[in-house]
This record gives sequence, C-alpha cells and structure tokens, in this order.
Amino acid sequence: MADGSIGTPAIGASVRRREDYRFLTGQGTYTDDINRPGQVYAYILRSPHANARIGGIDTSAAASSPGVVAVFTGKDLEADGIGGLPCGWLINSKDGSPMAEPPHPVLVTDRVRHVGDHIAVVIAETLGQARDAAERIDIDYAVEPAVVDSVAALRPGAPLVWEQAPGNVCYDWHLGDSAAVETAIGKAARVVKLDLVNNRLVPNAMEPRAAIGEFNRATGEYTLYTTSQNPHVIRLLMGAFVLHIPEARLRVVAPDVGGGFGSKIYHYAEEAIVTWAAAKVRRPIKWTADRSESFMSDAHGRDHVTHVELALDADAKFLALKVSTLANMGAYLSTFSTCIPTYLYGTLLAGTYTTPAIYVETKAVFTNTVPVDAYRGAGRPEATFLLERIVDLAADELGIDPAELRRRNFIARDAFPYQTPVALQYDSGDYQTTLDMAMEAAGYAGFEARRREAAGRGKLRGIGIATYIEACGIAPSAVVGSLGARAGLFESAAVRVHPTGSVSILTGSHSHGQGHETTFAQLVSDHLGIPIDSIEIVHGDTAKIPYGMGTYGSRSLAVGGSAIIKAMDKVIAKGRKIAAHLLEAAEADIEFKDGEFTVAGTDRSKSLGEVALTAYVPHNFPHDELEPGLDETAFYDPKNFTFPSGAHIAEIEIDPDTGHLTVLNFTASDDFGRIVNPMIVAGQVHGGLAQGIGQALLEGCVYDTETGQLLTGSYNDYAMPRAADFPNFVLSTHVTLCTHNPLGVKGCGEAGAIGAPAAIANAIVDALKHLGVRHVEMPATPERLWRTIQEHQTRAAAD
Amino acid sequence: MEMKGERRIPAPRQLVWERLNDPETLKGCIPGCESIEKISDTEFTAKVVARVGPVKASFSGKVTLSDLDPPSGYTISGEGTGGVAGFAKGSATVALEEDGAETVLRYGAQGQVGGKLAQIGSRLIDATARKMADEFFTRFVGAMSPESATGS
Repeated sequence: MADGSIGTPAIGASVRRREDYRFLTGQGTYTDDINRPGQVYAYILRSPHANARIGGIDTSAAASSPGVVAVFTGKDLEADGIGGLPCGWLINSKDGSPMAEPPHPVLVTDRVRHVGDHIAVVIAETLGQARDAAERIDIDYAVEPAVVDSVAALRPGAPLVWEQAPGNVCYDWHLGDSAAVETAIGKAARVVKLDLVNNRLVPNAMEPRAAIGEFNRATGEYTLYTTSQNPHVIRLLMGAFVLHIPEARLRVVAPDVGGGFGSKIYHYAEEAIVTWAAAKVRRPIKWTADRSESFMSDAHGRDHVTHVELALDADAKFLALKVSTLANMGAYLSTFSTCIPTYLYGTLLAGTYTTPAIYVETKAVFTNTVPVDAYRGAGRPEATFLLERIVDLAADELGIDPAELRRRNFIARDAFPYQTPVALQYDSGDYQTTLDMAMEAAGYAGFEARRREAAGRGKLRGIGIATYIEACGIAPSAVVGSLGARAGLFESAAVRVHPTGSVSILTGSHSHGQGHETTFAQLVSDHLGIPIDSIEIVHGDTAKIPYGMGTYGSRSLAVGGSAIIKAMDKVIAKGRKIAAHLLEAAEADIEFKDGEFTVAGTDRSKSLGEVALTAYVPHNFPHDELEPGLDETAFYDPKNFTFPSGAHIAEIEIDPDTGHLTVLNFTASDDFGRIVNPMIVAGQVHGGLAQGIGQALLEGCVYDTETGQLLTGSYNDYAMPRAADFPNFVLSTHVTLCTHNPLGVKGCGEAGAIGAPAAIANAIVDALKHLGVRHVEMPATPERLWRTIQEHQTRAAAD
Repeated sequence: MEMKGERRIPAPRQLVWERLNDPETLKGCIPGCESIEKISDTEFTAKVVARVGPVKASFSGKVTLSDLDPPSGYTISGEGTGGVAGFAKGSATVALEEDGAETVLRYGAQGQVGGKLAQIGSRLIDATARKMADEFFTRFVGAMSPESATGS
C-alpha cells in the first residue's frame, strides 16, 4: 500500500494521518492553547442543588474581590434582552400538539433545575481569582424535592420540573401502524416480551469544553473560539437566537478539537456568556471546563427505559415489533435532544429485518438532571440494543440458534431498495454476508467446545451476536425538515486551486479526531491527480469556510466528501474549458485524468498546474466565456440517508465466584460502503467498540434518587474503559456501495458503539441462560453479574 | 448517610449537658472549627474547614439546637455552604443518661452533601463523616475527663 507521504495515493490506501504529527508532539492548537492579548478568565458558578428556588443572589462581595473585572447574573442578560438557548428540532405528540418547549436560559434567574445549572459568571484577571470570588457569591436557595429518573418523573405527585410541561412530559410521540401491529400480535405463534434500560452515559471527550469570547470595538466584530463540532451552526444559533449578532459580525473558530462524540454539537451557555461578556468588559474572556464541570454540564447520552414485544409466526418469521420507550431529556432541551429518541431511534427499529409491522411510542420526560442529547450513535445504539436483545431472547425461547433466527428474517441482498415500515428506505446492504464473515472470523461453529472447556475450569463462557443498521450521512434537508428539523443538513466545500496548482479545500465538515486532513486529501489527490502534499484541508473557521453543518452522524465523508467531489468536478469542468482554449481543441475532446487535461487520442496535454497558472495569469485566456481564477464552491444535499450495517460477535467468560468478566474475543464485520482509508476506518471502529463495550460493562451515570446529586461525577466513580479491558479486535469489511452519493460511501464513525452493547449483552445472557437468566442490565459490572448469578442459583436451589 | 454511636463520659449529666451547650467547648471539639458564635440560646454561627477526599473547603453555616430536653438531650442541626465545593447539612439527636457518677451519651446522626462534594466525594462521605463524629466525641469525652474538668 502507498505510504502516502508522497505521490497520489489511491482511494483505499492506508495513508498515515497527516495531522498526527502535531497531535502526538503536543503541537496541536486547541481552544485552551489560544491566548488573546488582555485576556481575562471566567468562572461559572453552578448549582449544588438539583431543584431549588432562588430567593436572591448577592454578588457584591464577589464583585469587590481581588482581581475581579465583573460579575454577571441572569438578570444582567435579561436586561440586555438575551434570549435562551434554542432547540433545533420540533417534535409533535400523537395528538398533533407541539412538544413542551420550556425556556433554556443562559444563566438562570429564579430557579435551578439540575446540579451544575449555571447561575452566575465571575470574570477576573486570573482563574484563581475568579474562583475565589465565586465563593463569595451569596445565594438564597429554597431547596425542593427533585426527580431524576423518567419512571419516577411520570408518577402522580412527582416534583414538577416545568410548569409548562404537566406531568413532566415533553412530548408523547409515535411512529408506525399500531393497528397492524396489534393484529399481528393477536395471530402470532409467539410473542416475546422484555423490559430493559439503556443506561445514561457521560460523553467524556478527552478535551474538556472551552470557549474564548472576544469583541473588537474598532470593527464591532465578535469572535468566539470554541470546542465545537460545527462552528457555523454555533454562529447561527448563538448569533440569531441568543445574542442577536448578525453573522457578518460574528466569527466562530473551532480549532483542533479533542473528541466530541456528539457532546460538542450543541450550543452551550458558556459560549454565549463569554461572547456577550467580552463586549461588556471589553476584554477577551477565556473559559475552560475542568473535568468536574464536564460531568455536570456536557450533554449526557442514552437514558431510555423500554418495553418491547416481538411477535413471530410458527416459522419464526418476525410479524410485528412493538416498542414503548421513556426517554429522559434532563432539565432542559439541548440543541438536538428531541430528535434522538424519535427520528434517530424509532426509524431504525426495522434493523436488518423484514418485520412487516412496527409501532413505536416515545414519551420524552423532563427530570432534574443534565440535559441528554446525541452521544456516539445517538438513538441508533438504543434501537439496536433492544432489537438485538429481543431477537436473541426469541431465539432462546424458540430453541433456534440466534444466527439462524437472524438469517430467516434478514432483508435479502437482492431486496434493495427496501422500504421499511418506519419511514426509511434502505438503498443497499448485504446482512447475511457480514454475519457469515463475522461468524467465520469468530469461530462461531466451534464455540460449544470452548464453552465446555471453560466449564471444566469453572468459568461461564458465552457468545453473542448483534447485527445493526444505521442511518448515517445525515441528512436530506427536505426530509428532516418535514419531520421537524429547524435546520438543513447539507454540506459545503470550496476547492481553491492556487496559481501553481496546489489546492486548498475549505470544508464545512469538522475534524475532531476523525482524520479528515488525511481522508479528504486522499479524495482530492485521487480525483485531481495531484500529490497529497500539495493539498491543504481547512476547516473549523466561519471566516474561512463558505458554510458548514459540521460533523456528527457519520456524515463527513458521505455528505462533506460528496460536496468536495462536487466542487472538484466544477474545477475540472472549468479547467477543461481553459485547456481546450490553450490546446486549441474542442472542449468535448478534452479528457481529464491523473492531473492532466489531454486532447483525446493525442499526447498534447496541459497539467492542472498549467491550467491554474493560466487562470490566474490570464494573458491567453477565453475571457469572453470564462472568468479568471480557479476556485469553486459546491453545496451537497444528500438524497437519502446512508445505511452502514454489519455484524458484531462477542465472546466472553465470567468467573461465577467474583462476577469478573473477560472479553476474550470481539469480531466486527462491517459494511461502510467504499472505504477511502482502511487504517482510519479501523481506528474509528476501535474507538466505537471501546465506547460500546464501555457502555455494556463499565459506564453508567448515577444520580441520587432522593437528592438529585450526581454521584458518578468523577473518574473515581464513573468507570471509563481502558486498553486492558479489551482483546485485540478482529475487524473485516464487506462493501456494498451507497447508491446515491458520488463516492458510494456510507460512514463508519458510530458503528462500534451501536453494535457492541448488544453483542456483549447477548454474550452475557448466553453464558448465564442455563441459570434461567433472561436479561442483564448495563453496565454489567462484576457486582451486578455476581448478584445475578447468586439470585438465580438461590432460586434454582429453592425450586 | 446515617450513623449511630454511644460514649461513656466520666462526668455527671448536668455538666455534660452544660458543655454540650457551650460554644467554647463545641469549638474545641468540632474538627476543623475555626469559630463559633452564639446568636441566641439555640442558635450559633460556625465556620468549619473540612476535607472530603480531594476537596477541602471552608464551610460557613448555622447551628441550631432543638427538641431541648435539659439535661436529657437535644437535636443539634447544622447547615453550611462551602462555596464552589457545595454544601453539607446534618443533624444529630443526642440523648444523655445518668449512670452513677457517669453519663452515657447516645447519638444518632444523619447528613447530606451536595454539589462538588457529592460529585467527587460521594463514596468518601460516609467514612469522613464517621471520622468527624468519632473525633468530635473523642475530644468531647477528653474535655469532660476529671483532669480537664477541674482544669477548666
């Protein structure tokens, strides 16, 4: 394979990541690395209570503390007419009524609604001074009972988070054909039922959030440096809805960003605070979260409570699926929170199967917790988890091998395009092949011998399959608009060919670990036939990039990459005209290949560099027909979602005496469509698997149910996975091309986190099913496993 | 978090009772207590520096005595804020029983923390509170021993 440092590596080469030198040598420029002249520091005072009325806030002592420049509260923002943080997706309930959409103030004034809620900001010469002064803010709290879980929040008499949301219900949404599902259940040979929880997670990006606000009095321009996955979206939301700053006077820069996993999509209060306050104090203001703040202010993920029923006929064909979910929204609606447990969840419930009737209802519930929004996979891991758990449970109840039950119900490879009963139309896929590949690689056929061998050592061994489908490449604007999205989801790219033929790509996608500077450069190198070293990938700055919707939902290559292709095609089209002029040939006779414009059937050609030089030094140039320059912009709006899919198999062993679990083997066979850089794809899968297995075995966000205190607020109590928790992952890919984007790509960023939890959970239940275990909730910690084993052994002994 | 305990104090009940209501004695016995001031017979303000795991904070708060039943016991409640470290509140029911020339002190205490204290130190709170209660009563018993009693 091509090394990639020189030459024109083809699509499909494992080119080393060009960005890694600066990351690995500490030379990246993250937001906190940026320091502006005259900069001061912000400290946000946060609520220690989950639910309390604020009687008064006395900031006078803080304001007169050493080094303090200013102290602001919600009243100061109100006085300036500052709006609340907007929610980007309107969901309507079953009865057609719009969701309850309570305010989301930048700083609260009269009530705190979760531990970590922001009350005041202290701005001082040093962070230490700001923090010390914050100690001297006196707040009169009247503490009231709090509610943190969605089941308790719906009980009569539960503390009310918002008056605007009676019963704590944000919306009561549904999708699918309820009558058809009930009919199918009525005539089914068997109906399998399960209650399960999808545990709340804290995103834990390596780089905590940070923001620097700056105001230039001379030009009237604001600049926000922020840890964002989508700087243009922040400019739009903060400028238009919160601070009322026209786009032309607001620049948002998202420099190197150290991981996001969704948590850096949203517009956060701190961004608005530092930008607004920078104009007040006329100095740049930096805010950087410490890890404790990240735990209680970054949007959390998951937190579903679900009942699922699967109806099967006598041949074990799926007839219907019925799903009822409570989704915890937290105390406020984060930017895209409302679409996650609805259109990114319910629409995925066909999975890889031909289930003809599906009905899903989701009740979104307010609680006194940190807002919940998209986290790696966002809705799709939740859908996959319940679906793959109920399929495994059905296989067990029917005495059919789980692989066989899946095979009977897969959408066949020749059935595409396939219309599901939950709105989506899959364009391509081959689920049986990825499952066969995974089973082969995992040694599925020989598992029972390994189980017996383990049993001889007193260990409980299990194997678990999960297949998955995602909807990625988010998203066709018209479709999401009709479903309530308040934004388009296209992407833009500009291809700037410089006079001597080097190229700058300005992309609206944002790289925060995904390796865009390499993958996109490979695309350009391949498409324009120029060396990778002469290609620059620019992203993350609204002053440089035409526009951008950013990176999430595995959309960068499928949507952002397609925009780059489109812009390059415009460059080639113009270059062809210029070359035809220079070569005195008809435009139709000019071919472009490997960086050369050639008159077909001759050896007469002009390189891209020569054409570019002509475009910028247009002495001999078709001025009547063309403008000088070689710089094209394109916007690409996808025609459909993309549908990556695959099969994951986990093999685990449990020590029944301690509950200790070892992941012995993890196999992932994925279909991501065309693959540009296999090494980067493998890295994405590894990261996703780590987070998926982390959810299954280790991670879980816990609040005290009485006081609403965040109990897993540090790495002391929130268990992050480590390298030693994993085996070497066995990966393979199978390609069916996406049929509707120019690259045939589908996306790979979330797959690991989607397939892994169900694969692990299925393996655990497989290891314990002889004890009568039907389900084990996540995270399956040693304590939970040990208790499960003890309870079932005791029950078995009693029988 | 709830705790229970019992101490035998080599002093008559009336004296123990008086000392339990004396700010200077309380100041000397509450671990980390920097100041305590009497507002009324049943109300004090106090400043206490406490450390829970990695969090060290200065708590300012109010101490209230209620359910007064001299000299058999009372309920002592405290509520303090530690600024950005969060808050702590708790109460203890103290019962004094005569046993000859000595007094048996029984207490049942409960407490709660919030904010950063709960976030970082939740699994350390119980041990910390138990240690503080132990230290308080050890110091209190010490302050009530005959040498100390005659010396004061």
